[in-house]
Amino acid sequence: MRMRRPLFAMAALGLGLVLAAAPALAQKKTLVVALNEDPDLLDPTLARTYVGRIIFEQMCEKLYEIDENLRIYPQLAADLPVVSDGGKTVTIKLRPNVKFNDGTPMNAEAVRYSLDRHLNMKGSNRRSELESVNSIDVMDALTVRLRLKVPFSPLLAILADRAGMPVSPAAANKLGDKFGTAPVCVGPWQFVERVAQDRIVVERSPHYFDKSVAKFDRLVFRIIPDDNVRLANLRSGDIDMMHLVGPTDAANLRKEGKYEVSNVTGIGYSGLTINLRNKNGKPPAPPGDLGTPLANDPRVREALDLSIDRVALNQVAWDGQYTPGCTPISPVSPFADKSRKCPTRDVAKAKKLLADAGQANGYSFEMMIVNNPQQRRVAEVIQGMAKEAGFNISLKPTEFASALNEADAGKNQAFLIGWSGRVDPDANIFQFQTCGASLNTSQACDEGLDVILNRAREVSDVAQRISLYRQAIDKFAFSRRNILYFYHLNYIVSYPKSLKGYKAVPDGLIRLKGVSWQ
Amino acid sequence: MFDYLVQRLAISVVTLAVISVIVFTGVRMIPGDPARVMAGTEADEAGLAEIRAKYGLTDPLPVQYLRWVGLALRGDLGESIRTRETVVATVAKKLPVTVELACLSILVALCIAIPVGVLSAARRNTVWDYLANSLSLCGLSVPSFWLGIMLILLLSVRLHWLPASGFVPLWENPLGNLTRMLMPAFVLGVTLGAVLMRQTRNSMIEVLGTDYIRTAYSKGLRGRAVIFRHAIRNGLIPVVTILGLQMGALMGGAVVTEQIFVVPGFGRLIVESVFTRDYPLVQGVVLITASAYVLINLLVDISYSLLNPRIRVKGAADAA
Repeated sequence: MRMRRPLFAMAALGLGLVLAAAPALAQKKTLVVALNEDPDLLDPTLARTYVGRIIFEQMCEKLYEIDENLRIYPQLAADLPVVSDGGKTVTIKLRPNVKFNDGTPMNAEAVRYSLDRHLNMKGSNRRSELESVNSIDVMDALTVRLRLKVPFSPLLAILADRAGMPVSPAAANKLGDKFGTAPVCVGPWQFVERVAQDRIVVERSPHYFDKSVAKFDRLVFRIIPDDNVRLANLRSGDIDMMHLVGPTDAANLRKEGKYEVSNVTGIGYSGLTINLRNKNGKPPAPPGDLGTPLANDPRVREALDLSIDRVALNQVAWDGQYTPGCTPISPVSPFADKSRKCPTRDVAKAKKLLADAGQANGYSFEMMIVNNPQQRRVAEVIQGMAKEAGFNISLKPTEFASALNEADAGKNQAFLIGWSGRVDPDANIFQFQTCGASLNTSQACDEGLDVILNRAREVSDVAQRISLYRQAIDKFAFSRRNILYFYHLNYIVSYPKSLKGYKAVPDGLIRLKGVSWQ
Repeated sequence: MFDYLVQRLAISVVTLAVISVIVFTGVRMIPGDPARVMAGTEADEAGLAEIRAKYGLTDPLPVQYLRWVGLALRGDLGESIRTRETVVATVAKKLPVTVELACLSILVALCIAIPVGVLSAARRNTVWDYLANSLSLCGLSVPSFWLGIMLILLLSVRLHWLPASGFVPLWENPLGNLTRMLMPAFVLGVTLGAVLMRQTRNSMIEVLGTDYIRTAYSKGLRGRAVIFRHAIRNGLIPVVTILGLQMGALMGGAVVTEQIFVVPGFGRLIVESVFTRDYPLVQGVVLITASAYVLINLLVDISYSLLNPRIRVKGAADAA
């Protein structure tokens, strides 16, 4: 009987060694990245989730890509497009000798097929992005020409996202609307398997034109929704890279000294959308008079704006890790107006404005928030700050999908909500601020503003566009104030210090080309 | 016995029919437009209308219900709106994971509950009894989420003994599977074990006070023989009942445990499908869960009659 104890101890030791060695061996050739959410369908035409774009980054390259400074450069295109005919013709030259991950050629015909698919496929989420495109012509094997209905300068940025991802026509024809179950594009890695709510696995592609950039045989994207669990997995070594580290955890990780913590200001924004005239539903429903001072009196909204200390809000709610702001354009964008200063908190002026608006005894309204701890924290800080200026804000925590419905239907007074953002400022502004636009849930409308925003779509000169956006922002963010912009979310990614070559881009997507273990 | 079985089966079929109506209407009472959730915040009205038409969301509810039930009876529970995978295939991938987790946690629970419960009853009002009751109280009051995170921090982050999360199929890597399932099974099993331990203790105390046990003692049988040969069989009947009833709680617990340990099972599937308003998936998953629950309770009822023939006789007598 006594012999059993040493035997048991040896077996336990052996088991321990095997368990300890297994992750170390796997680490050399496989990189495990943890995401906070399960992507939707992995089809560039039908996809809509932010996390899905992280998977596409590894296996579905685009005609154009963005760098760390948000500059657009050619990826599958050979050069930046040639724009002619007063902005109505866009000619795209393609990179030669590129193959899809099924070995079929990526050429002008494949690009035309993919753009056609985006435009015409049932349920396409790219159709509205490409609505300016009138026709697509194949000029030669490596040249595609797009004819536009009107000049549309945001098109280049749109082609640097999912709308610019060519898909293998052979695979797309075979799988139809199930293409997302086994997507085939051009990329350093190719799709292997997906276990819903658990993992997505890609492996190095034998067909990619630059074999030196994929340093890992496999990438495994694990879906770990809870922030604490994701962090514990990073610390235990079960994952190699954590996307969306909580701001309050970032400082601790830095202190531990074992991890790099990459923090980049994002291109989106968070703010308070105030319902001005959405009585019967969002456009195309007609606007109506809500009859509340918050909706009808700009002085009340200005008072609310002045009651908020954006720097303190960021410090208290996000440990100072995010970026305070007051416009929909992130300061990292080439379109950001560097001369603009955000309003500082002025409680006395806010009180006076409220009094001028006939609300000297205070004003009460309800603020809808997405029901999660982070949003509750932000809302409570806003609630506290606004109270000092005379606002009594009651919070209405609502589940995300239901909150979107309430906002669409106009059943809210104000909604604390953000936007993940796009590279071109048009996508952060136009659909939210123009009369009758599909995301204009506040039903705000100013035809003068629409003229400016339409002009900003037509011109391609960056300086001219910056000037137009400055005028527009003055109108909607500092006069009308249907959205009060508070801060820009930062993307915080953490990984062991032995992982080298990671470059953070302000869209927050993880790009793993060139990343390797030291 | 046959009549008893038929009666139980008939009740189960009616229960399932009622459940199907509740599931179908319940899912549609969740606020939030599934087309809006699918299409995202960028969708225009045309896109939303296209999605509603594709999934028949504009048809009257009775039409939608009859179509769903008709297809379900033929084994077709539809297709996930989010992944385009059939509900049956999705469930077939997830169900074994949660079944394994449930089985392991029941094993953990029984390993804790029966010995401790029996010991506690046999040594009533001694230090062992008090210790067992305290342990049971701890098991009931410690939240799964907290216990899970603590175990990960201790066994994975600090000691590096076990992987913090994940799942590998048993047939692919048995050792990897067990090392990953150990913590979730323990967390899920602790609460169940505490409930069963209390039930075992109470039931055993009751049985140990009955005439036939006193008779056994008076015939000179030793304590261990009385407990294991005579008392435990009757003492475990209420425990089996509670175990059956606790399967629902086990499924609820699996939702939390699977989130903490990132186990790709049924629990996470339910949560995700509700949040993404994946109607076919929610309906399919809930219907399958409810069916499993009904089936388990049917099996529990049948097992009574096997454990205690008096129930069988009474059932037959009632039927007559």
